[in-house]
Amino acid sequence: MTSQLLAATIPDAITFALAAVICVVGALGVVLARNPVHSALMLVMTLFGVAVLFVEENAQFLAAVQVIVYAGAIVVLFLFVIMLLGVDRSEVISAEPLPGQRPVAICLGVIALAEVLLLAHGQWPTGAKSVSGALASPADNVNQIGQSVFTTYLLAFEVTSVLLVVAVVGAVVLARRPRRLRDSADLAGPELDPDDVVGGDEPEAGDPDAEAASEEADDGPNKREGALAESEVKAP
Amino acid sequence: MSIAASWYLTLAAVLFSIGAVGLLIRRNVLVMFMCVELMLNAANLTFVSFARKLNDIAGQTAVFFVLVVAAAEVVVGLGIIVSIYRRRPGATADDIHGLKG
Repeated sequence: MTSQLLAATIPDAITFALAAVICVVGALGVVLARNPVHSALMLVMTLFGVAVLFVEENAQFLAAVQVIVYAGAIVVLFLFVIMLLGVDRSEVISAEPLPGQRPVAICLGVIALAEVLLLAHGQWPTGAKSVSGALASPADNVNQIGQSVFTTYLLAFEVTSVLLVVAVVGAVVLARRPRRLRDSADLAGPELDPDDVVGGDEPEAGDPDAEAASEEADDGPNKREGALAESEVKAP
Repeated sequence: MSIAASWYLTLAAVLFSIGAVGLLIRRNVLVMFMCVELMLNAANLTFVSFARKLNDIAGQTAVFFVLVVAAAEVVVGLGIIVSIYRRRPGATADDIHGLKG
């Protein structure tokens, strides 16, 4: 295996090694960073490393899409939600809520890694010949993916558009407050969070005083959230 | 000659394991979600490696669809997280047990 690496050209080997180190360091950073914002930035690092590896493997279109969609849209969405919710504080990750869970999790991870490594270095799972077209030269990569998506996988592509519409509608439905709640919150008084009025899954939901008291007991972001909700209630 | 595919598969396995362990040990819902993205990326790397190894464009097409599904998943997941945090600020994965029997 080392001989295979040495057989590669020097620029290829250096590119792979650098990108691999960037990916792994970024991935560890996502898991180990205390602050969610740092996790998101480390995720960007890993995504860029993977994009470099895509270029190295002649998948230029996917590398561009990786940077634009993942680093440009998805991580920005993560950061937006982190800032919106006000959870951009460091947390104590050494506290272990469930005793003994972490060692077990790490053991499971190591076992899974060993299994996948065995698979990766064993026999190839398939020797099937290409059915959807061999890889062309790097210059034709976009052309070829386009051909593949719009001929062989046309149905999947159309279904994907339905999926995206459903996702957008679902996100809007999840994120907006029903008008009924806003009206009842107006009647009940401004200090009551509109969501708490119908918090049916919480045992103390029927008791506005206990709810308000428990809200006041919490700190910073909670108040910010409450203020946000109030201003939204008053706005119309 | 470029790098052998087994090296890419090894790297993808490492990334996937880090993501899986992170998903298991972290309690912040947002960070857990980022770990899912890590695992998706490891799978994408595997797809592209096999596309090159087997000389077949279908692997890259699969990554294209994975990207779309990941984007949809992030939109819906973050919507759910926003509505959970609105109801219970500062909630961790341990606090969200409303469906527990």
